[in-house]
Amino acid sequence: MSHLIILPVLLPLLTGVLLLLLPRKRRLLIHTVSLASAALLMVFTVQLLLRANGIGYEVYALGNWAPPFGIVLVLDKLSALMLALTSTLAFFSLLYTAAETGQRSGQTLHALSHFLLLGVNGAFLTGDIFNLFVFFEILLLSSYSLLLQGGGPARAKAGLHYVVLNLAGSGMFLIAVAILYGLTGTLNLADMAQRVTQVSAADAPLVAAAAVLLLLVFGLKGAVMPLYFWLPRAYASATAPVAALFAIMTKVGVYAIIRVYSLVFGDEAGELAGVALPWLWPLALLTIVFSVIGVLAARELRIQIAYLVIVSVGTLLAGVALNSEAALSATLYYLLHSTWICAALFLLADQIVRQRGSSEDRIASGPALRQGILLGSLFLVAAVSIVGLPPLSGFIGKILLLQAATGTQAVWLWSIILVASLAVLTALSRSGSTIFWRTTSETLDNAPAAGRFCLTAIFGLLALGVALVIFGDTVLEYTGALAQQIMQPQGYIDAVLGHTVKELPHE
Amino acid sequence: MEALIAIVIAVMSSCGIYLMLRGRTFPVIVGLTLFSYAVNVFIFVMGRLHTDAPAVIAEGASYADPLPQALVLTAIVISFAMTAFLLVLALRARAELGNDHVDGHDAEDVKSP
Repeated sequence: MSHLIILPVLLPLLTGVLLLLLPRKRRLLIHTVSLASAALLMVFTVQLLLRANGIGYEVYALGNWAPPFGIVLVLDKLSALMLALTSTLAFFSLLYTAAETGQRSGQTLHALSHFLLLGVNGAFLTGDIFNLFVFFEILLLSSYSLLLQGGGPARAKAGLHYVVLNLAGSGMFLIAVAILYGLTGTLNLADMAQRVTQVSAADAPLVAAAAVLLLLVFGLKGAVMPLYFWLPRAYASATAPVAALFAIMTKVGVYAIIRVYSLVFGDEAGELAGVALPWLWPLALLTIVFSVIGVLAARELRIQIAYLVIVSVGTLLAGVALNSEAALSATLYYLLHSTWICAALFLLADQIVRQRGSSEDRIASGPALRQGILLGSLFLVAAVSIVGLPPLSGFIGKILLLQAATGTQAVWLWSIILVASLAVLTALSRSGSTIFWRTTSETLDNAPAAGRFCLTAIFGLLALGVALVIFGDTVLEYTGALAQQIMQPQGYIDAVLGHTVKELPHE
Repeated sequence: MEALIAIVIAVMSSCGIYLMLRGRTFPVIVGLTLFSYAVNVFIFVMGRLHTDAPAVIAEGASYADPLPQALVLTAIVISFAMTAFLLVLALRARAELGNDHVDGHDAEDVKSP
C-alpha cells in the first residue's frame, strides 16, 4: 500500500500550520513556502493522475482499519482528475496572491488557502459519507474566512448570507447522512451502495428522501437553480485570487453529485436507481436559463463572471443528468475548461479594476486602460473560450455535450445551450467593447501596470485551456475511460470491500 | 419514548427554522443553534433507542450502537465552532453595516420584532 494517496490531504494541512507559525515579517519566506508546497502538490497529484490512468482503483485504509469499518480514501480516475485540477488552479491562484499582496505578507491568505485545499482534496478522495461531511466543513470554514479577507461592508454582507446558508445546508447534510446510516447501517459509500439494493420496500421512500436531501445540499454547494442566489455577490466581493480559487468550490458540489448518484443510487440500485435524475435535469436547464439572464443583466464585470460560473454549473449538471458515458466524458472535459477559464477571468477582472480607478468594474465608459491591448487580448481569449466559439476549449466541450444528448433531451439541450451561448456572447462582447473601447482618451496617471507574476498566473490558466485543445485527444481518452469507470460502480464496490489490510507484526 | 423524542425533534427544528427566517442576525443564530440541536438528537436516535443495552456487542443481546454517538460528538464540535464563527461575523457585520439586519438595510426599513 502506497502512502502517496494521503499526501494531497497531509501536505496542505502541514503547510497551512507551518505558514501560520512563520514570522509575519518574512514575506519572501512565506510566499516561497506556500508556492513550493503548491508546486509539490501539483507534482503529487500529477503522479496520482498517471497512476490512476494505469490501474483501476487504489484504496487506502486510514489507521489500517479494514473497510467498511474504518475510513477509506479511494483513488479512481475521477478523484485523480479533480485533484490535478485543484492543484493547478491553486498554484496559479497562490502565485497571484504572492504577486498581488505586495507589501502585506498575505500570511493568513496563504495559510487559509492551504486549509481550503485540505478540505477540497479530502472531499475528492474520501470514500466515506460522514468523512465527506467533515471535509466539506473544513473547506467551508476556510472559505468563510477567505471570503471575508480584506473587510468592508460588501464582504460582511455577502459573507453573512454565505455562512448562514451553508450552516443550514450542513444541518440538512447531517440529517440525510443520519437517515442513510439508520436504514443501511453503514457510512462507507461502497458498502452503502450494496445495502441500498437490500432495503425493504417500507424503508425505500425514506432512503429516497435522504437521497433528495443530499441533492439539496450538494446543489447548495454547487449553486443550482433555486439555491444560487448567494453566489454572485459572494464571488464578486471576494478578493481576486480567492474568487479564482472558489472556481473549484462549485465543482466540489458537482463532484459529490456525480459520485453519490452514480455509486450509491446508480443504475444498479434497484428501486432507488436514478432517484435524483428527474430532479437534476429540469433544475440544470433552469440554472442555465436563469444564470444567463444574470449574465445579460449584470452591470459589473465581476458579477457577470460570477454568473458565468453558474452557467457552467448548469451545463455540467445537464451533462450529468444525461446519464450516459459519452455525456459524462464531455462533462468532465467541460469541467476542466470552465474551472480554469472562470478563474482566469476573475484574475483578469482584478487587473482591469486596478487600471480603471474609480470606474472599477462597472460595465460603463471609463478611463482607458494602461495596458488595454494586453488585457484586452487576454479578455478576448478567455471570452471566446467561455462562450464556446471555435477553436478554443469551450467549443469542444459544448459540441461533445450536445452530441451526447439523444431524443427529446437533445431538443431541450440544443436549444437552451445554443441560445444561452449566443446570449453570453452578446453580453461579453458588450462588456469587452465598453470596457476596452468606449473609453475617455487619457489613462489614469496612477494606474498600476500588471505585475509580471500576476500576468504569469493569468497566462498560465489560459494556457491550460489552450492545452486542453492541443492535447484534446489524450484528455478525452482519459475522460472516456473515466466515464466508463463511473458507469460501472461495481468495480469501485469490489475494490473497496475487497480491500484487505496488512496485518501488523505483533510484538 | 420514540414518539416523545420525535415530537421534541420536530418542535425544536420548526422553532429553529422559524427563527432562521427572521430578519435580524441574533434570532438567526439562535435558530441555527436550535436546528443543530435537533439534528444532533436526530443523529443520536438513528442508532435506535435502547435502555439497559450493552455499549458494544454482546452475545445474542441487542446492543446500543456506539457509532451515532461518535458522529454526534463530531457534529457537536463542528456546529459549536461554526456558531462561534458566525457570532463573531455577526458582530463584525453589525459594525460594518451599522445595523444588525441580515441584508444590511437601514434601521428605518425594518420593523422592530
